[in-house]
Amino acid sequence: MDPALKGLLTIFIGVGGCLSYFYLSNQFLDKVLFPAKGVNAGRNINRANMIRPWLFLMPAIVALGLYLAYPVVATLWYSVTDRSQDNAFVGLDNYRQMMSEPKFWEAMRNNMGWLIIVPAASTGFGLLAAQLTDGIKWGAIAKSMIFMPMAISFVGAAVIFKLIYDTRPVEANQIGILNAIWLKFDGGSGSLLMLRILPAMLMGTVAAGFSYIAYSFARPLWAGIQPMDSMMAKTGRVVLTVVSAFFVVTSLRMVFGALTAQHDYGVPQTWLTIPQWNSFLLMVVLIWIQTGFAMVILSAALRGIPEETIEAAIVDGANPFQVFFKIKLPQISGTIVVVWTTITLTVLKVFDIVFAMTNGQWETQVLANYMFDKLFRANDWGVGSAAAMVIMLLVSPILVWNVYNVRKEMR
Amino acid sequence: MNNIAGTKSGLSWAVNISVVLLVSLWLFPTIGLLVSSFRTTDQISGSGWWQSMFTQEQNSTLRAADPDDGAQQLVEDLFVIEGNLFEGQNPATISVWGTSSRAIDVYVPGETADLGDGEAITVQANGDYRQTSPIEMTGRGQRVFVTASAPPEFTLDNYKTILSGGVTEGGMSKAFFNTLTVTIPATIIPIVIAAFAAYALAWMDFPGRAIMVAFVVGLLVVPLQLALIPLLRLHLGIGIGKGYLGVWLAHTGFGLPLAIYLLRNYMVGLPRDIIENAKVDGATDFQIFTKIILPLSFPALASFAIFQFLWTWNDLLVAKVFLIDATGETTVMTNQIVELLGTRGGNWEILSTAAFVSIAVPLVVFFAMQKYLVRGLLAGSVK
Repeated sequence: MDPALKGLLTIFIGVGGCLSYFYLSNQFLDKVLFPAKGVNAGRNINRANMIRPWLFLMPAIVALGLYLAYPVVATLWYSVTDRSQDNAFVGLDNYRQMMSEPKFWEAMRNNMGWLIIVPAASTGFGLLAAQLTDGIKWGAIAKSMIFMPMAISFVGAAVIFKLIYDTRPVEANQIGILNAIWLKFDGGSGSLLMLRILPAMLMGTVAAGFSYIAYSFARPLWAGIQPMDSMMAKTGRVVLTVVSAFFVVTSLRMVFGALTAQHDYGVPQTWLTIPQWNSFLLMVVLIWIQTGFAMVILSAALRGIPEETIEAAIVDGANPFQVFFKIKLPQISGTIVVVWTTITLTVLKVFDIVFAMTNGQWETQVLANYMFDKLFRANDWGVGSAAAMVIMLLVSPILVWNVYNVRKEMR
Repeated sequence: MNNIAGTKSGLSWAVNISVVLLVSLWLFPTIGLLVSSFRTTDQISGSGWWQSMFTQEQNSTLRAADPDDGAQQLVEDLFVIEGNLFEGQNPATISVWGTSSRAIDVYVPGETADLGDGEAITVQANGDYRQTSPIEMTGRGQRVFVTASAPPEFTLDNYKTILSGGVTEGGMSKAFFNTLTVTIPATIIPIVIAAFAAYALAWMDFPGRAIMVAFVVGLLVVPLQLALIPLLRLHLGIGIGKGYLGVWLAHTGFGLPLAIYLLRNYMVGLPRDIIENAKVDGATDFQIFTKIILPLSFPALASFAIFQFLWTWNDLLVAKVFLIDATGETTVMTNQIVELLGTRGGNWEILSTAAFVSIAVPLVVFFAMQKYLVRGLLAGSVK
């Protein structure tokens, strides 16, 4: 049979089966089980109405339970059993084995990098794009151009960026734009400016930003805490200060690295095989995709800010930067958190990009790809499930937070 | 917003320029793929796509015809070989040429190069050459190093190759239909199921409703990676195996939380009066749902439909696990591209065309229904 026709037929059966369930089950309830006529009409209607919600919900409950809730439990179970030993309970052996593998720690390290850089960069660029496009005439067109990568598959994006990172031998013309640009640098004053001074200044700004954050977290600790601040808040502040201080040190080291690193001028680089840089180049793909999402949400939030607050600030003589940082930003901080967490969720599940571009080689492994590797190539379900549980563990704070908020909202 | 209170911002120029820069930065990668898919193999490997719009200067090594091939003719005591260097290739205009790899730019077109022993060759700008020698020439044809400029040229051949199946088994067209077969039911089934469930959660009273909503929200973030092994085992165990049914069910399960969440949020906001009036008039819940709620919820349904369509069309992982079996009959486009990346990583004309075929449909859907996509995003991000 023609594949198109076969596809059409299967589509018809799949969708038709689903629709007929709802129609027939409701008919059955109203006409056969509890008909709304005769002596018991009133009682029957009430009974039918008690059952109907469950009729409406049934397929959803079954699908959700079977396809999302059950796997969580099952995966947990697989992660503590061994398939080769007839599914015997082995306790934490799989986890122990996973922890002893350098590839796992490489994946964890890379995932942490992804978790920090991608949401931060996407939200930052998204905010920039939202603020800039809101003020101009052709903003709508500009927005849809930046938003467009959302429609492109991770695999498609991987192909697009592999072309950008392509490498040809030194004597041939470079067809990857990154190498073509790279070969323009020759170690002269232009290279000094673009490859040393500019990155160093950029990272210096980041370091300054983190220092300010660390300072604002730490300040109340010695400035005298208000009596209502609990022990928890205090510990939280200490932890956040330490984390920000860590980022200050990291970015200062990157400033130093930018100023002192040796470059191979004139030699085309195979970008995807240079450890650390290659992870970053893979992150660029996801940032490219997610910025549009951040922009759309943040732009709606920016437009939702009451105009009076901005007008008042301008009347008081605030310049555009002050309006943005002191008036607008604080009012959309809630939305920024939402965007950040949503992108964080996407990052934790990132698989296709790494799978298609490097498949975890050259130290680019991430958890999701590590797990896929274990499950389907090494056929080691125990360790694979353990890796999946690690991903679950990482998303669970967001899960708890979401559920908590929805419960609060419904009350 | 910058004009409020009568102050015109002086930054307007800077803003416009930055947006232009940002937009071009974001468009640049996609345009590269699009342009590359219309170029020939030689053009792609010869120069970056950003140069494709201009006449290109290219160095290449060409050969005159082999003397042994019978190209040699005796004309008035001289052995002569005549022809065109670009035979079988795209025509180009030679600016300089040479006969040694160490001096590729010593002659201009029309000049004659002395090859020693009385042998000489003359090359014209259009590639015509005339090689002469007092004695019979032997061996391979004379090498000529030319710097030529070729006009920009684009072709549809790549698309023909890709769609007709010259590259991959069965071609991208089969994968295209397979993807469609996965996508359409995997978009419609969750919408139908979620719409009923969302209505129940929004407008019907029953014990445990609040817990159900919390349950759905909790499942919203469960990574689907967790589901791979248990579900594959389940599918193999109950006989569904790997195939369309399995992948539809999997996509339905994974898409449901977002669908229910989006639709419920939308339906809760519908005016209560309409529903109560209908109830007073004796409509059953089923009638209210199909006659009132569904038509009113069209924007939310469309939003989710676009999400789910894009997600299922672009998906690789779920298809790889639940659909594609050893025979590869049911392969989808994303998988096909990943395989091409592995086997033909350097053939950019094939890769870029295949990738563009696969992203063309989502792009069309995206631009046609952007309004609904944005609306869905705004409603869907958990507050």
